[in-house]
Amino acid sequence: MATFLLRRLALVLPTLFFVSVLVFGLQQLLPGDAALALAGEERDPAVVAFLRQKYHLDDPLPTRYLLWVKGVLAGDLGESIRIKRPVRDLVLEKLPVTAELAALAIVIALSIGLPMGILAAVKNDSAVDYAATMVALWGRSIPNFWLGILLILLFSVEWGLLPASGFVSPAESLSRNLATLIMPAFVLGNAIAAVMMRHTRSALLEVLSSDYVRTARAKGLSETRVVLHHALRNALVPVITLGALEFGELLSGAVLTEQVFTIPGFGKLIVDAVFNRDYAVVQGVVLCTALAFILLNLLADVAYALVNPRLRG
Amino acid sequence: MFSRRTLIAVSLVGSMLIAGSAAAQTLRIGLAEDPDVLDPTLSRTFVSGIVRTALCDKLFDIGLELEIVPQLATKWEWTADKQGLVISLRSNVKFHDGEPFDAAAVKYSIERHLTMPGSTRKRDISAISGVEIIDDHTAKLQLSAAFAPLLAQLAGPAGTIISPKAARAAGENFGSHPVCAGPFKFVERVAQDRIVVERFADYWDNDKIKIDRIVYLPIPDSTVRLANLQSGGLDLTQVAATDLDTVRKDPGLKLAAVNGIGYSGISINVANGERSTLPLGRDARVRQALELSIDREALNQVVFNGENQPGNQWVSPTNPYYLKEFPIPARDVATAKALLAAASAPNPVITMTATNNPVVLQTAQVIQAMAKESGFDIRIQAAEFASALQLAAKGDFEAFLLGWTGRIDPDGNIYNLVTCNSPFNDGHYCNPEVDRELDAARMVDARAERLVHYRIVAEHILKDLPIVYLYHGKWLYAASARLSGFVPYPDGLIRPQGLQMK
Amino acid sequence: MTAGIFDTTSMGAGERPWRLALRRLARRRMALVGLAVVVFFIAVAVAAPLLAPYDPLATDWRAVRKPPSFLHLFGTDELGRDVLARLIWGARSSLMAGLVSVSIAVGVSVPLGLVSGYLGGAVDGLLMRVIDAMLAIPFLILAIALAAFLGPNLINAMIAIGIAQTPIFTRLTRGQVLAVKHEDYIEAARAVGNSHRRIVLRHILPNVLAPILVQATLAIAAAIIAEAALSFLGLGQQPPAPSWGSMLNSAAHFIAQAPWMAVWPGLAIFSLVLSFNLLGDGLRDALDPRRG
Repeated sequence: MATFLLRRLALVLPTLFFVSVLVFGLQQLLPGDAALALAGEERDPAVVAFLRQKYHLDDPLPTRYLLWVKGVLAGDLGESIRIKRPVRDLVLEKLPVTAELAALAIVIALSIGLPMGILAAVKNDSAVDYAATMVALWGRSIPNFWLGILLILLFSVEWGLLPASGFVSPAESLSRNLATLIMPAFVLGNAIAAVMMRHTRSALLEVLSSDYVRTARAKGLSETRVVLHHALRNALVPVITLGALEFGELLSGAVLTEQVFTIPGFGKLIVDAVFNRDYAVVQGVVLCTALAFILLNLLADVAYALVNPRLRG
Repeated sequence: MFSRRTLIAVSLVGSMLIAGSAAAQTLRIGLAEDPDVLDPTLSRTFVSGIVRTALCDKLFDIGLELEIVPQLATKWEWTADKQGLVISLRSNVKFHDGEPFDAAAVKYSIERHLTMPGSTRKRDISAISGVEIIDDHTAKLQLSAAFAPLLAQLAGPAGTIISPKAARAAGENFGSHPVCAGPFKFVERVAQDRIVVERFADYWDNDKIKIDRIVYLPIPDSTVRLANLQSGGLDLTQVAATDLDTVRKDPGLKLAAVNGIGYSGISINVANGERSTLPLGRDARVRQALELSIDREALNQVVFNGENQPGNQWVSPTNPYYLKEFPIPARDVATAKALLAAASAPNPVITMTATNNPVVLQTAQVIQAMAKESGFDIRIQAAEFASALQLAAKGDFEAFLLGWTGRIDPDGNIYNLVTCNSPFNDGHYCNPEVDRELDAARMVDARAERLVHYRIVAEHILKDLPIVYLYHGKWLYAASARLSGFVPYPDGLIRPQGLQMK
Repeated sequence: MTAGIFDTTSMGAGERPWRLALRRLARRRMALVGLAVVVFFIAVAVAAPLLAPYDPLATDWRAVRKPPSFLHLFGTDELGRDVLARLIWGARSSLMAGLVSVSIAVGVSVPLGLVSGYLGGAVDGLLMRVIDAMLAIPFLILAIALAAFLGPNLINAMIAIGIAQTPIFTRLTRGQVLAVKHEDYIEAARAVGNSHRRIVLRHILPNVLAPILVQATLAIAAAIIAEAALSFLGLGQQPPAPSWGSMLNSAAHFIAQAPWMAVWPGLAIFSLVLSFNLLGDGLRDALDPRRG
């Protein structure tokens, strides 16, 4: 187990290195002059020159990369040229928001995906199976910005039940916090509900045909007990570990969802920063999310290996 | 009759009731984007100015007719040679940190605008060579040359006065907690979420302030912004021309509009590199043909439901500096075709660069369709804002559809855009006579005299057409019906004076 | 890792794996519905010049945002263009966005995955770290950065989406290669003296195709949605050319006054993407011997 863990950990560093190169390259190679874009309408040449000098925008790429990496290793992720705040502060400020949104989305995804998956597995290949598939898939088949706008028009404008946008921190008011997050979490959660459903269905199908369950059935236990107590417990582990891997998709979905619902999280931060050529912000945020994703993957692998000793190879 | 005790009791209860009913009034204003840094010396975005209007007072302000009115300055007088401006400062004004507002603060602020590295205000007031403190409430601005637009510049961000004590302490980070002398003081800012300001008890004009708190909420998507307004999440916000029907139909909302000071037009590459050698850049007749192919009224109707103002000069037709002898030309396809034939370019192919913003692209498509009839083949090249700027600066464009937010003084709408070697004269238009007349117009401040110079400028510009002016945007606002006292201003800034929520 | 996807034990004597898979697919009604809808849209896209009642680019100032009528069955948009015509021509853009992006992804990743899985060692290690790095960056962010880098138009959007989808396909291909690399028949082929190229192309590749096909179908669905997302940000198909995503984007601003502008492209995207998803699901079930 220890060697397995060490070997997996050793792979994290080179991966992170490539992430850093990739995200740095993607940002710095974006067309357009960042200094010009951030110098404002007047385009005062003095301001442009000042920005170029202050943020090393004229240095050759490798130098800028090394400067950035040096900063990162020392804990300094750079500064947002646009609002002059350290990226680290922005990350710490936005992280809880997106994390909460993601957590709520996963809860919603599970609350759709699990029951649909159970239904589909138990009534495999029947009309119920098909219906469950459709319910789980619909969230994936509609652009999330579109669904968001429709929900806002319905729940905020038409019925006045929920705030159209904005975010209230849970410290300030838990009920208002949930009110601001429920619609975006619903949009996000629906998109990955299908994946949850599929995982549940296949895991459950596999367990349902296993000896363990056959024995339980032979003992005369009701089908419900068999499914809920015996089969589900075993199926849950792969579902949850696989679910953790959906984190990447959640972040992807969060990009536009946060934009539409004006949730001040990572997604919105990144989109704005890409278009404003606020390099340090994108680089810093993506590096952090990539690290989180890699660690989650590692955890999932460990969890999977714990359950399935064969995989430790 | 009533015993003294009863009277006291009644008045106590009464005043408590009154205090209770005047409970904290919060106004929520929607912004079209998240402001950048709030430091008046360093800020570059227009929406920053909206927030700063509540936080910081300036030396001067403008009235609805763009006239200069006193704010922190009460009186002003030019010296005989027009190279000095003596300003009398308002007394009993305090900054948010309690420090007194005086001539030293004015000197500090102006020098900061002029000398701080990265200052975006330097060019605005570069005519100022020095600030002299005459006494606590009188300052004299020394100019290197007469500069008529100075007052207008000081009615803009360059005239913002900040607390020297706070600025010295905060240095570069002043913007994260600005301390000025405006009606509201800074409370907090959560990036991309909100900016909260709270009433400043010692504001000099406190009678006009009836709101206790303002929360600015940046909501970039206009559909979502409108939805917020309709559902009560916002009290006031700018809206798009196409949203007006929805606002009019909603009994809980009301509309306010005012002509803006900016313009939108097509900037043409006439001398910046290779792409200026095409017929459009080479021959003024082709540009004139393009102008004559466009029906500005129809354009306004289709894209903006008729809500904006068509125009053909750098100031709008309702501006006092509009030259009435050059009215908006009507669409004339026949003449356009004749001009193209005379220029030996009957079917010019033009690439029009436009930022990938829905309204801009719509405008481009309308122009494309209209110009087709005269023989123009316009290809639309959408570019992201940051790339577009660089393309323009490098001269890698033929025609660029762009807008200018506008300045109070007409000089601000033309000088830096058409004079030789100006930073945003992307087309590199250069006409020494135009430069001379524009320089002269800066040195006199009587309107009639300036108009003489601008007339000559127009004779050149409207014939050479380095920029084909199309329309002037209006500032359109939708507000909750409970909001009273809102007056929209031509500079697009939301002034909190007089606002009240029922 | 489980063995290759074709578990021969459940096959009838002499029945080829593909035919069995097709039979199983035919039994799943939802997948067939999905297939039918996809074919329908492809037919519409191909026949666009014949079907569209108007030129999708023809503007008409007097008919701006008119509701559905006999003249314009689905109404007109913000510049007076016929919505139905734009919908029909938009099918081309949306389908291309799906098909071309995924073709790029598959075209790049399958060879990469084959090489990486087969060769193993340092090459594999290096490539997988790069792939892991790409996977660690959220898909849409990668696509946005690439699309912004290449410039806003449909072709660049397709390239961006295609590149952003490569890591998944590469991983998948490699996984399949690893699963069968040490099977007896591969060892045997090697022993007999077959060249590496022959082994990879003749023996390994067929095992890879099935899961790739399933993933490709699902990826097409995701790509169509991604194009709509990029349009929303101004990076996809640029006007005046129609695409369902950009139609939705413009329509969002007029949803109260002109709902027909949004309803039709929204329904179109929904039905096409759902159909690809159903088809992919069906294929997955049909090709997985443990199901049905």
